[in-house]
Amino acid sequence: MNVLEVRDLRVEFPTHRGVLTALDNVSLSIRPGEILGVVGESGAGKSMTGLAVQGLLEPPGRIASGSVTLNGRRIDTLSDREMTRIRGREIGAIFQDPLTSLNPLFTVGAQLVETIRQHLPMSNSAARSRAVELLAEVGIPAPSERVDHYPHQFSGGMRQRVVIALALAARPGLIIADEPTTALDVSIQAQITALLRRLCVEHGSAVMLVTHDMGVIAETADRVAVMYAGRLIEIGEVAQVTRDPQHPYTQGLMGSIPALGARVPRLQQIDGSMPRLNAIPPGCAFNPRCPQAGPRCRRERPGLITAGAEQAACWLLEGGTA
Amino acid sequence: MSADIKDRATPSALEVRGLCKSFDVSAPWLNRVIERRERQILRAVDDIDFNVPRGGCLSLVGESGCGKSTVARIVTGLHRPERGEMRFAPGNSGQPMTAQMIFQDPYASLNARWKVFDVIAEPLRELKLRSGKQAIRDRVNELLEVVGLSPADGAKYPHEFSGGQRQRISIARALASEPEFLVCDEPTSALDVSVQAQILNLMRSLQDELGLTYLFISHDLSVVRHMSDRIAVMYLGRIVEEAPTEVLFARTRHPYTQLLLDTIPDVRNPHRDRPLRGGEVPSPLNPPSGCSFHPRCPFADDRCKREKPKLMTCDDGAHIACHRVEESGGLPAGETVSA
Repeated sequence: MNVLEVRDLRVEFPTHRGVLTALDNVSLSIRPGEILGVVGESGAGKSMTGLAVQGLLEPPGRIASGSVTLNGRRIDTLSDREMTRIRGREIGAIFQDPLTSLNPLFTVGAQLVETIRQHLPMSNSAARSRAVELLAEVGIPAPSERVDHYPHQFSGGMRQRVVIALALAARPGLIIADEPTTALDVSIQAQITALLRRLCVEHGSAVMLVTHDMGVIAETADRVAVMYAGRLIEIGEVAQVTRDPQHPYTQGLMGSIPALGARVPRLQQIDGSMPRLNAIPPGCAFNPRCPQAGPRCRRERPGLITAGAEQAACWLLEGGTA
Repeated sequence: MSADIKDRATPSALEVRGLCKSFDVSAPWLNRVIERRERQILRAVDDIDFNVPRGGCLSLVGESGCGKSTVARIVTGLHRPERGEMRFAPGNSGQPMTAQMIFQDPYASLNARWKVFDVIAEPLRELKLRSGKQAIRDRVNELLEVVGLSPADGAKYPHEFSGGQRQRISIARALASEPEFLVCDEPTSALDVSVQAQILNLMRSLQDELGLTYLFISHDLSVVRHMSDRIAVMYLGRIVEEAPTEVLFARTRHPYTQLLLDTIPDVRNPHRDRPLRGGEVPSPLNPPSGCSFHPRCPFADDRCKREKPKLMTCDDGAHIACHRVEESGGLPAGETVSA
């Protein structure tokens, strides 16, 4: 059974100039022990997907239709109170900036103990030794001393490890990591992605890894979902999507990443930029920038079409030209 | 240190020798007295030498806190160097070349209350490069077209543009004073990757058309590889390896450069099961003794803990500061035993 099942999710923001659709028909699922990468450029809706799953949409944002199912139970219809119980217990969250996710006034031990006791029936001392175990598990040296330190006494990479320990405190089945390595230096970034992979294998947790960095996805995730203008445009195995992308946007995205191998005189570029939410063109949202767009692309919006081992939302896959 | 960086085929646009810059980051006087804390000096740039080839691109790469942005600011005159010298070669006019800077964040570097026209016209008016309204208007329109915008965009405000378009405006403003030398401090790291490709392509074609020389600052080795002729890798305020781009990638000698190349995620050739390299960047406030990389270096020995390595020159034009490379006569670190 899938840990997370998102079906036809639509998120809307009513404004006084009309309703903006931030997420449109997004469907995805994550199996236990699997890392699903969600990739896209700023404003594509990747973070929004993570927030919607956690019930953390900022008002007036709301889930307009579709469903979110966690371990077979529908959670998008739950009250705020019930969601509070699920967050932390069943869904762990890791955010981009480890400094703002930690309270500077309490030691990391106090924060871990609080989180553990919030979700699990444990005495103070049992929770404390569990906190030390957790710190050891995420690779913090001398955990029994470090547990009494404050967040500012840790380096950026170590802080992100503490945040991961907090997310793991109640052994949630699903972890949502939103740009967990973006604020870190490359040599530290590799340590954190390796840690995520190890924890995923050891605990069988499902991980939703939200990032803008295709490189991180290629090295960490099992499957990848590519988003554009609030829509899912391609989903499949990472090796498949990175080697042989089907959607013209994903092809352009891959081509615009400078290679470490061979050097090219000019990078492939996608002209223009992603449409704003109030100006999404009819048909396929990518059609004004697409070098292969045809009349059908401007009229009709493509759904996900299966192409081999993956799916992409592009009319070209229905044979011939669009 | 007087590393010998003379033997070059191309003449230099900028020569930098023995550059140093420290910042006083001490607590306020009263705190120092009451809490008995000592003065704290941060050595941001510690005795570095480099040459920027004329009409080419030298990149400085390194992780946060390695001093690369400080170098950029010294070169453009935003910081005064503490020691060392900097010499710009004569430009086309016979006067020393002038430098301009492109900043990282196109949201913070454009005045939000000015129309784009005025943003670009300011250097023209201020430096009296054009006189008369019509001449200024013509020049601004020309600059807007050079960076791929239209003259009509001049009437808009910066907030009406996306990040990539704003970075184009910054480039137009930098080009307004007709500099021959551009310092680019992470010009694409605030941009999405498809937009980054647009900006990098634009910068490359401007270089070809206008014969610009770039000093490019970035933490992203794949971007740096795409842009540069030579690359200097910095670690805690010092250059540890400087080499022509192809040499640096084909024969990575310094263990820190090896670490960087090992750890950057590669989309086309992901190596998921690579051995994990540990360690963290030490605080620049309290750098390790000797070679500052020794606590993270797999090849370090006692000499590395004691003695700062000097920049040595190899036959293929690379400059390396590493005892292991020096001892083996220029072989990449780690290859000493097998060779």
